Amino acid sequence: MSTAHTEPIPNPLQRQSGFAASAALEAEVDELVTHYPVKRAAALMVLHAIQEQFGWISQEAVEWTARKLELQPINVYELVTFYPMLRQQPMGKYQIKVCRTLSCALGGGCELHQYFCEKLGLNAHAHGPQTTKDGKFTVEFVECLAGCGTAPVMMCNDAFYEGVSHKKADEILGGCQ
Amino acid sequence: MSNTATTETKPAAPAIEKIKVKVDGRELEVPKLMPDWQGKLVPTTMIQACELAKTDVPHYCYHPKLPVAGNCRMCLVEFGTPALGPDRKPVINPDGTPKIAKSPRPAIACATPISPGMEIYTQTPGVKQMREGVLEFLLINHPLDCPICDQAGECKLQEYSVDYGQSASRFVEPKVHKPKAVDLGPRIVLDDERCILCTRCIRFTKDIAGDDALGIVNRGSYNTLTAYPGKVFDNNYTLNTVDICPVGALTSKDFRFQMRVWFLKETKSICTSCATGCNIIVGSREEKVYRYTPRENDAVNACWMCDHGRLNYKWIGRADRLAEVRRQTSEGRSEKTTWTVALNEIAEKLKKAPHGSVAIVASARQTNEEFWLLKKLADKFGALTDSIGYFGEGDKLLLNVDRTPNRTGARLIGICQANVGIKMMVIADSIKVGKVKTLIVFGEDVTKSSLDAELLGKLDTLIVSDILPNETTKRAHYLLPGCAHVEKRGTFTNIKGRVQKFMKAVEAPGDARPEWEFLHDLVYNVTGQDGFLTIEGLFNEMAKDVPAFNGLTWAGLGDTGVTVPT
Ligand code: SF4
Ligand code: SF4
Ligand code: FES
Ligand code: FES
Repeated sequence: MSTAHTEPIPNPLQRQSGFAASAALEAEVDELVTHYPVKRAAALMVLHAIQEQFGWISQEAVEWTARKLELQPINVYELVTFYPMLRQQPMGKYQIKVCRTLSCALGGGCELHQYFCEKLGLNAHAHGPQTTKDGKFTVEFVECLAGCGTAPVMMCNDAFYEGVSHKKADEILGGCQ
Repeated sequence: MSNTATTETKPAAPAIEKIKVKVDGRELEVPKLMPDWQGKLVPTTMIQACELAKTDVPHYCYHPKLPVAGNCRMCLVEFGTPALGPDRKPVINPDGTPKIAKSPRPAIACATPISPGMEIYTQTPGVKQMREGVLEFLLINHPLDCPICDQAGECKLQEYSVDYGQSASRFVEPKVHKPKAVDLGPRIVLDDERCILCTRCIRFTKDIAGDDALGIVNRGSYNTLTAYPGKVFDNNYTLNTVDICPVGALTSKDFRFQMRVWFLKETKSICTSCATGCNIIVGSREEKVYRYTPRENDAVNACWMCDHGRLNYKWIGRADRLAEVRRQTSEGRSEKTTWTVALNEIAEKLKKAPHGSVAIVASARQTNEEFWLLKKLADKFGALTDSIGYFGEGDKLLLNVDRTPNRTGARLIGICQANVGIKMMVIADSIKVGKVKTLIVFGEDVTKSSLDAELLGKLDTLIVSDILPNETTKRAHYLLPGCAHVEKRGTFTNIKGRVQKFMKAVEAPGDARPEWEFLHDLVYNVTGQDGFLTIEGLFNEMAKDVPAFNGLTWAGLGDTGVTVPT
C-alpha cells in the first residue's frame, strides 16, 4: 500500500446539536411527500420546509431528510450544495441581497454592496454571504431580481427595494431592529 | 440440456432488422436495435454504429456497460438525414441518390439513435473544432500534472489532448482549486482537480454495485466529486471505478505509484479467488505481478471484477515460495534434489504400489489438465481421490460462495464428487487401517482437514506439490514445487461450466515447474501414456477423453472460453 499523504473527505456541513424535527415539521413533510410520484421528488420542498423552521440546513438536517425520503445522504448533500438559497450555516436576522446582474452592475450594485459591507464591518471581497458577528445582518450578492429598469435593486428579507441610493440604504438598515 | 459445447450462454436471439447508415461516407448495415448497458435491446445509437464501422468516436462519459449520461460532450458529431419533400417523400438528387439534409446542429453520438439513411460525419473540421473546444474547457481547471499522475499512459484526457489539445493554455485566470488526495475509502484515493465530472464512477457504484455512495456537490466550476462526509466508499467493487475513471482522479491505493503502466506486460488470465472465474489482465514487469484488472467477457464478468479477487495476488511474490525439489533421506533428513531423481524415484515407488494403496488429494485451485493427469494416475492405482472445498459469503454481482476457481473441473473430470470433501474421511480411515500407504497431495494443507499430522506419519510415501510451505509440505517425503496460475498455462471450469484458459505472465521461482509438466512426466513414467507434451496437445487429448469436454479444443476456447453442460 502506498503511504503517500491523504486527506479525509472534506466536510463543509455544519453540525446542529439538538436538531429535532417538530411534530409539525414531520407532519408537513409527510404531507409534502404525497404531492409527488416518488418520495425523492419532494426533496427540495422538504429542505425548504426545514429551512423555514431553522433558518439553515445542518448536517443533521441533511441526514434526517435522507432518512425521511429513503435516500442516501449524498443525494441530499448534492442538492444543498447546488442551490445557494439553501443555507449551509445560520444566516443573519436580516438578509440583504444586492443584485449584481448586468443592469445593476452598471447601475451601482457593486458600490451598494460595498457600502453595506463597510458599514457593517464585513469583507466586501470575500466569496459568498457574509454575516456580522452579532448575527444581525447577512450581506450577499444575488443574480437578477427582475427589477432591471430601476437599478440598483436589492432585497432585505422579503422586502424589495428599487433604485437604492446610499441614503436609502441607511434608512433600510435603520429600519432593521 | 443439449450435450454440445456452446460459446453462448443464451439461445440465439431472433434476427433483428438492419438499417443502412453511412459513417464518414462509407455505407454499412447496422442492426436497428442493440443491447444497452443492461443487455436490453434498444434503438442503436450513433456511437454504436460508428463502432461497428470501426470508427473511433472520442468519449468520456459513455461506457457500454453503464447507463448513458450524455454529459461530457466529447462525442459530438455532425450528421444528416434524408431530406423529405413537401409530399413527405425523399428528395432525390439528379444522380439518383437521396438528398441528405445536413443537421445544422451537432449531436452527441452516445445518446442519439440512428435512423435509416442517416449519414454520420466524424472527421469534419467542425467536429474537430468541437472536440478541441470540449477539451479546452475540460482543461481549464485541470492541474496539468501528468508527470506526477498515476494515470499517465492510460488517460483519456492525455490521449485526446494529444489528438485535439492545444499546446499552450489560453486560460490566464486563476484556477479553481479542489481537494487533492482525498481518502475516499480503504482502497481508493481521489484527486478532485483531475476529475472531469463524467459521473462514470457514480453510475457504476449506484447502478452496478448497488451502493449509491458517490455524488457531485457544489455548482459550476466548483463541482466536486465526493462521497458523503464521514461515509467510507467501501463495497467489494470499488476498484472498478478506478478502471473506468477516464482520468487520474480515482486511483487505487494498492497500485498507485508502484509502476508506470507502460512498463507493464499484459497477460490474459483468470481470477482464481472464486468460482466465477472473472477474466482478468495480469500486469507484470520483470517477473513481478503489479496488478490485476478486469478483462471484458460478457458471458462471465462483463467489464468488472471484485476487490477481493483483484487484490489477492501478493502471495505470488512471497519470499517463502517453495522453489526447491526436496526428498527425505532414509534417515529422515530433508535434502535438495533434482526433478529427474525425484520423479524417477516416485515412479519406481508408485509402480510397486499395490492396487488401492494410493490416495490423491487435489486442490480445487488446480487446472483441468492437471486434474486429468492426476485422474490418469488414480485410475492406474485404483486410488481414492478428493479435493477440499472453500466457501464464503457470495453476493449478487460476481463473487461466488465457492472460493476456488475449478471445483467444477475437478468434478467433471472425476477427482471429486458434487459434495466436495466427502471422501476425505474415507481416505483418513484407509490410512488409519494401513490400507493406503501412499498419499499424493496437491496444493492443500491436509493437516487442516481430517488427515492430521499423526495420520500422515503412518504413510510410507507422502508426495506433496505446493506453492507455499505449510504443515503438510514439512512432512513430505517428496516435495515438488509448483506454479501459481500466472506462472503457467492451463484452463479452469467456472461454476457455470465455462472452460476458460489463462496464459503465463511471469516465471516461477527457482526450480518450480508447472504441475502439468511434471505430472505428464510422472504419468508417462508410470503408465507409459504419452503424446501431450504441449499444453495445447494435453488439453485436446483431455477434451477427447472427458465426456463433458468433448468437442473442445485449446484453440477453440479463444480468449473468453466456451460453456459446457455441467
Ligand atoms: S472521478 Fe473519474 S469517473 Fe468519477 S466523475 Fe470524475 S472523472 Fe468521472
Ligand atoms: S468475483 Fe470471484 S472470480 Fe471475480 S474477481 Fe471476485 S473473486 Fe475473482
Ligand atoms: S439586473 Fe438587477 S434586477 Fe435585473
Ligand atoms: S460520451 Fe457522449 S456526451 Fe459524453
